[in-house]
Order: sequence, then structure tokens, then C-alpha cells
Amino acid sequence: MNTQIFDMDDVDIAWCPGCGNYSILKTLKNALAELDIKPQELVLVSGIGQAAKIPHYFRTHFFNGLHGRAIPPATAIKVINPELTVIAESGDGDMYGEGGNHFIHAIRRNPDITTIVHNNMVYGLTKGQASPTSQLGFKTPVQVKGVFLEPFNPIALAVALDASFVARAYAGDIEQTKEIIKEAITHKGFALVDIFHPCVSFNKVNTHTWFKDHTYYLEDSHDITDRMSAFQKATEKKKFPLGIFYRNPDKATFEENVGVYTQDKTPLSLRDMERVAKLNLLLESKK
Amino acid sequence: MENPIALDKKDVSIVLCGQAGQGIQTVERILVRLLKLSGYHVFATKEYMSRVRGGNNSTEIRVASSRVSAFVDRIDILIPFHEGALKHVERRISHQSFILGDEEMISKDPQLNGSQSIPIPLSKLAFDVGGKIFVNIIAAGMVLGLFQVEQDMLTDFIKEYFATKGEDIIKKNLEAMQKGWEIGKGLLDSKRTDVKSWRERLVGEDILLNGAEAVGLGALAGGCNFLSSYPMSPSTGVMVFLSHQMNEFDIIVEQAEDEISAINMALGASYGGARAMVTTSGGGFALMTEGVSLSGMLELPVVIHLAQRPGPATGLPTRTEQADLELALYSGHGEFPRIIFAPGKLEDAFSLTQRAFNLADKYQIPVFILTDQYFMDSYSNVPIFDLKGIKVEKHIVKSEKEYRRYELTGDGISPRAIPGFGEGLVGVDSDEHDQEAHITEDLDLRGEMVEKRLRKLESIKKEVLPPELIGNRDYRILIVGWGSTYGVIKEALEKLDRKDISFLHFKQVYPLHEETQKYLKKAEKTIIVENNATSQFGKLIKLFTGMDIKSKILKYNGLAFSTEELVEEIQKNVQRGDEK
Repeated sequence: MNTQIFDMDDVDIAWCPGCGNYSILKTLKNALAELDIKPQELVLVSGIGQAAKIPHYFRTHFFNGLHGRAIPPATAIKVINPELTVIAESGDGDMYGEGGNHFIHAIRRNPDITTIVHNNMVYGLTKGQASPTSQLGFKTPVQVKGVFLEPFNPIALAVALDASFVARAYAGDIEQTKEIIKEAITHKGFALVDIFHPCVSFNKVNTHTWFKDHTYYLEDSHDITDRMSAFQKATEKKKFPLGIFYRNPDKATFEENVGVYTQDKTPLSLRDMERVAKLNLLLESKK
Repeated sequence: MENPIALDKKDVSIVLCGQAGQGIQTVERILVRLLKLSGYHVFATKEYMSRVRGGNNSTEIRVASSRVSAFVDRIDILIPFHEGALKHVERRISHQSFILGDEEMISKDPQLNGSQSIPIPLSKLAFDVGGKIFVNIIAAGMVLGLFQVEQDMLTDFIKEYFATKGEDIIKKNLEAMQKGWEIGKGLLDSKRTDVKSWRERLVGEDILLNGAEAVGLGALAGGCNFLSSYPMSPSTGVMVFLSHQMNEFDIIVEQAEDEISAINMALGASYGGARAMVTTSGGGFALMTEGVSLSGMLELPVVIHLAQRPGPATGLPTRTEQADLELALYSGHGEFPRIIFAPGKLEDAFSLTQRAFNLADKYQIPVFILTDQYFMDSYSNVPIFDLKGIKVEKHIVKSEKEYRRYELTGDGISPRAIPGFGEGLVGVDSDEHDQEAHITEDLDLRGEMVEKRLRKLESIKKEVLPPELIGNRDYRILIVGWGSTYGVIKEALEKLDRKDISFLHFKQVYPLHEETQKYLKKAEKTIIVENNATSQFGKLIKLFTGMDIKSKILKYNGLAFSTEELVEEIQKNVQRGDEK
């Protein structure tokens, strides 16, 4: 399928020139086109922030909600209509800061959605404050002495919670990132793809060069079903591993667990709503 | 003493008082069901402490020859289940009260406040049956014997109630019930009281519900198929009720990690095409307010059940109050339309909740059901709900290729499509947006979008439910109330029996009905009754009608009004002269 199907006709993109978000946007379109997912079958759900503007540059269904709240509506959209491909996509501040609680519990709930986090280790839209993933010592107009909070480690957290699919990518490598995103989308269950990318305006430390020097791809020998090994890899700090850390395909999804699809696969949103007979019976039982 | 109890009022207030964990609720459940089945009108309400064990809790069960739906202070029969019980309800004990219980619980002051104590060896009898646990069933049997409920009915009920517990448990409970029944029967002075004559055969055909079930049934009738919430007293009953109907009615009930997630999930579900609801109480709702605003901006329907309890902050978790009206009215930043219902009767809780789903869908707005702990936890019998005319009105369109989610329309309502149904693409955006839902800072368009959203209020106003006038149309004095005070105000006025006093009850508190002002103007004196400290509904009336109700009867100690205190307060207010 041609990626142009996702292109908007005339759009004024609000990202800075050279922003890593452009390559993620392009890579995502490529991945979806290769998977043959049509705009009518896809819902992009985002929160607030620079990354969260992505649905506005994408021809598809979208729910651009509140800051930190991409995952709860994405979970609900998927369970109401499991035929849709649902991607929750936002930045590191949105997903790991404001939305941290939802991130944790979505892993536990395991909806069959893909969560893509644009991780540039800084707040862009609010102009340069520390994000949950900012590295120790990172100076900002607010963190004037440098960040002293331990950086949030989404990969280790996800593996610790036995997440269904955990991966990290680097936006500068379009080909690999595309493959990882494709794996995440086709995986059944909650899939996290944390994507490193530079912020050209507010992060002068974690640049393309820095990412290239501080990342490496997981070896082919890495066993993605080995949770302990995945956790160990996830805690590496000197050089951050890229690729698929962990996969647990055996977990039932939220949609499977809620029960409404056990017998009838019709999306709940499209079902008939005739309840009078059942209600009458229920009322009788209250006598 | 032979047959000492004469029940001559045809309206008996039985109070069970014990510690949390003693099983008073089981007794309550058994009694209301069996008394109702045998033809008595019943009403039960409880007050309890925020703890799982110990403390002092009490349940009042009124048994009457006609419909009752209010809390009374008066105690006719008190059954204490622990030693602190008498002290806990002492204020309510009078010369009219009979106290039935173990010797050691009543012996300290056998004529407390002029009451009459009748020692019943409940614990010993229970022990004979098989253990202390049977005190509850013996006590229930005793009340049922007093009201001469047929033994067959008891037997059938016990067999069903304990069906899963095995033969031995059934046998012991039957024995306990029988022992209690014999005692109760012996207590009634049947020469002076013909309790059976109070019964109405039709009552047996009534349904027996509490407020939580009525709201839950309304949600089912409204087509609710998605509920996400976080447990919080006193709102959790609705979630529990719907959880039990998940399979039968194809509903997703999800306990979210917090209230923020709950309402954002509900809106996601709504975007996807669900009939979505949340149930919460003040503190939880405070967290949800960003979602209320989101519903306003995305124009996505959501039904919000807000069961009030006293605040601020954690307040009194298991008590009652009507102090979140202003919170509901002003919740959510920015300006957008909403509807607020406040049922006063079980029938209304059912029909308003059902209506809430249709209106939320029609106008793509948040619709509130405002209840409170008193309403949630009170049971009574009501005629079975009529389902004729009940319809799940879906306002979802199949999208065309060029579909625009926020098309500017004359009435402000843009046809709502959902993803996965039609050829078009459906976007929603919390930023100010253009007709296709994309971010805009075109400030002219911003103006148009604000007006479009607010324009919906004009249509909403055309279908506001009128307040209900109880009493003469020709009143001199008007009592105004809203929500759960319906039953108690109505009963207080019946007791006062004055032709010049009527009662105006609002079950839709926002937007206000256009005739509100007319009703108020007609009265020489208006008195507002509210379960809060600042007369929030009075302020709302003033804001929208310009009429200032100066006479207020307010209660904010965490308990509901009793009939007696309201009668007294209204009398005092009426005597206080004719200030308007």
C-alpha cells in the first residue's frame, strides 16, 4: 500500500525543522502501509505535547485528548471495537510523567494496543524543562543545578511488569524503527515502543551524535522470551540497547478478558441494543 | 407479661443497631424482602460508620399500611445487637419504644426514656441452634412473627437464600427462623392490633430496590454498555450492580486505576460508539473534572453518576450530603452545555438515568445524575417500572467519505459518526479545532465553535423536565427541595396537613425549568430545604431567576432529615413571619 494514503493535503506542521518527530511520522506511515492497514481501520490516540500533535499530520481516525491521557481512551476504543488498530502515541513527559499511572496499569490490563513514545528526554512544548527521562545532571531553565531525579526507565518498568511486548528504537534509523513498529502493531497485546529522538531546540546534550554513540542493537543471541535477561539489558545505562527486549505472547488481552467477545465477535459499538425482555426479567427478580 | 406489643399506628419503625460485621445488613435484606412479599409497605435506610468491623451502625426499617419513603427519628421497636447500641440511638428512644434483646444489653436501664424493655434470650437461643451467628436469623424471625408473615413464605425464602450453603445450614437457619417467629408471634397483642389488615396484596407485586439499583437499572434501560470507575463510597453500588449484569446485558465494567483514567476511558469508549458511564463521589469526581471539560470540547456523550457524601476532602465517607451541586454545575474548565438531574424517587432514578443516556447521545454532552448516600442506601417497594416507551435512542450516523466531525450546524449539533462505521474519518481534538477536528488558531473560527457548542443549550432548554408540585395549586407557602429530600419533605407536609403549604420538587436542577420563577412568585413565603450548609440550590435559583429564597432549612451533619425534625423546622419557619 502507498504511504500517501495517510498524507494530509495541506498541513502546516508545528514541529521545528530537523525535529526527530518528522522521521517518526514518516516511519509510522511506512510501517502501516507495509502492514496494509487503511486509514479507516486505524485510530491514532494522543495526549498533549509536540509528539502528541502527530494525529494532525496523519489522515486517519484520531482522538487527540488530554495531557497524559492517551492510554485510557485508546484502551477503551480498542475494547469497544477490537477490529480497529489502535495506537497511543505521545511524548515522554505525557506518557511517563502526567500519564505514568495509566502506563503502569495499561501494562497490567494488557489491551491489544501499541504505545509509541517519542522520547527526547526533554519537554518541548513548554520549552525545555526536564522530562521523566532526562539524564542526571541535565540543566534546564527550571532544573538550574541539573536533574537529580533518577531517570525513569520505561523499558525496565515494563519488563518488571511482565509487559506483553517491550522495545526501544532510535528515530535516526528509519529502517530498523519501522521493523520494530511493525512487530509491535502485529503483536497481540500491549506493546511499548520507546523511540529515542533528538530535540533540536531544547536538548543540546542528547543529539543525533549522542544517540549514535550511546546506543547499540541487541545481539541476535538475545532471547526475547527471557525476562531476566531482558531486565538486565533494560538496566544498562552506559549504552542503551535498541531492539525488542521482551515479548510474552501468552497473556490474554483486555478484550479477551472482558467477556463480551467470548461468543459474539461483533464490536460492541455495532451491536443491537434490544434489552426490554431482559430488563423485564431482571425487574421480576426484584419483587 | 402476655402479648405486650400493640402496634396501633399502622406505621412501625424498627431499628436494628449493632457493630459493623455483625450482619445487620443480612437481617435488613431478609426483613424488607419478606415483609414486602407478604404485602406490607417497607422503607429501609441505614447510617453507618466508615469501618469494616466494630463501631455503631443502625438500620431503620419502616413497616406500614401505605407507601413510606422517609427516615423517621421515632423508634417503635429496637433490637440491639451489642451493648453500645442503646447509647448510640438513645436520643431516639421514647415511651413509645419497645426494646427487644438479650438481658445484658437492656438491663442497665430497662426504662430508658420511658421505653419498655422485653428481654429475649437471643444469644442463648442462637447457641442452642448452633452458634452466635444465628442471632440474626432469630431476630429476623421475631420481627416476621410479630407481623404474622406466613411460615411457608419464610421456609421458601430460607431455602432459597441459603441454597448454596448445604442442607445443614438450611436446616439450622430454618430452626432459628422458627424460634424467632414463635417469639414474635407471642409478642403481638393481636386483640388490639390486626397487622394482617395492613397488607395490600398488590404490594407483593411491587419491586424492592435501593437507589443504587434504581440508577443501575436506569443505566441498563438507557443502553449503557461501558462503565469505568474507581470504587468510592457511596457510589460503588452502581458499579457492583452493573458488574453483575455484564454477561446478560453485554456490558464492559472496568475498575480503572484512578478516576482520571475512568472518565478518559469512558470518553474513549464513547468516541468508539459506546453508551458510557462513570459512577463516583465528590473526591473522585474532583479528579474527573478534566474529563468533564474534555467531554464538552470533544462533544462526546458521557453519563456521570455523582453520589454525594459530606466533604470537603475525605469528609464523612459513609454519610450523606447534597453539597456537590455547585461542583457538578461548574466542573470542568471553559464553557460548554451540560444537564444535571437529581432524582428524589426510585422511579425517577430509573427514568432519569435512562433519559440521561439518550440526552447525552443527542446533545453530545456530559449529563449528571446527582444522588447521595441516603438515596443510594435506602430501600423501598415501588410499582414495577413500566418499560413501555423506553427506547435506546442512538444518534450515531454512518460516515460518508467527506465526513467532518465538527460540522457547523444551525442547532450546534454535528452529526456524530464513529470509527469503523462508514467511509469517513472521525477525528476529535481537545484543542480548539476546525470542522475536521484539526488544531486551529483561527480566532474567528474559535468564536464560531464556542457558539456552536453553546447553541446546543437552546435545544436542551426546550426539553427541561418541570418541577413537580405536591399539594394545592393554591398555596400560600411553598417548600422547595431537590433530589433525595423528596420523600421526607412530602411526608412532613402530610403530617403538617396544611392546605396552604405546597411542595415544589426539582428532579432536573440544571438547566432550570422556565416556570420556576412563576411558581416562586406565586408564594407569599418560600422555604428551601437542603442537605447542605450554604443552600447551593437556593443560590442556583437566585442566579437563574433572580429570586432570593431567604428562609432556609439546612442540615449538614452527615445525616438525612427525619420527618419529625422537618415538621418542626417547617413549623418554626412558618411562624417566623412572612418574610419572603
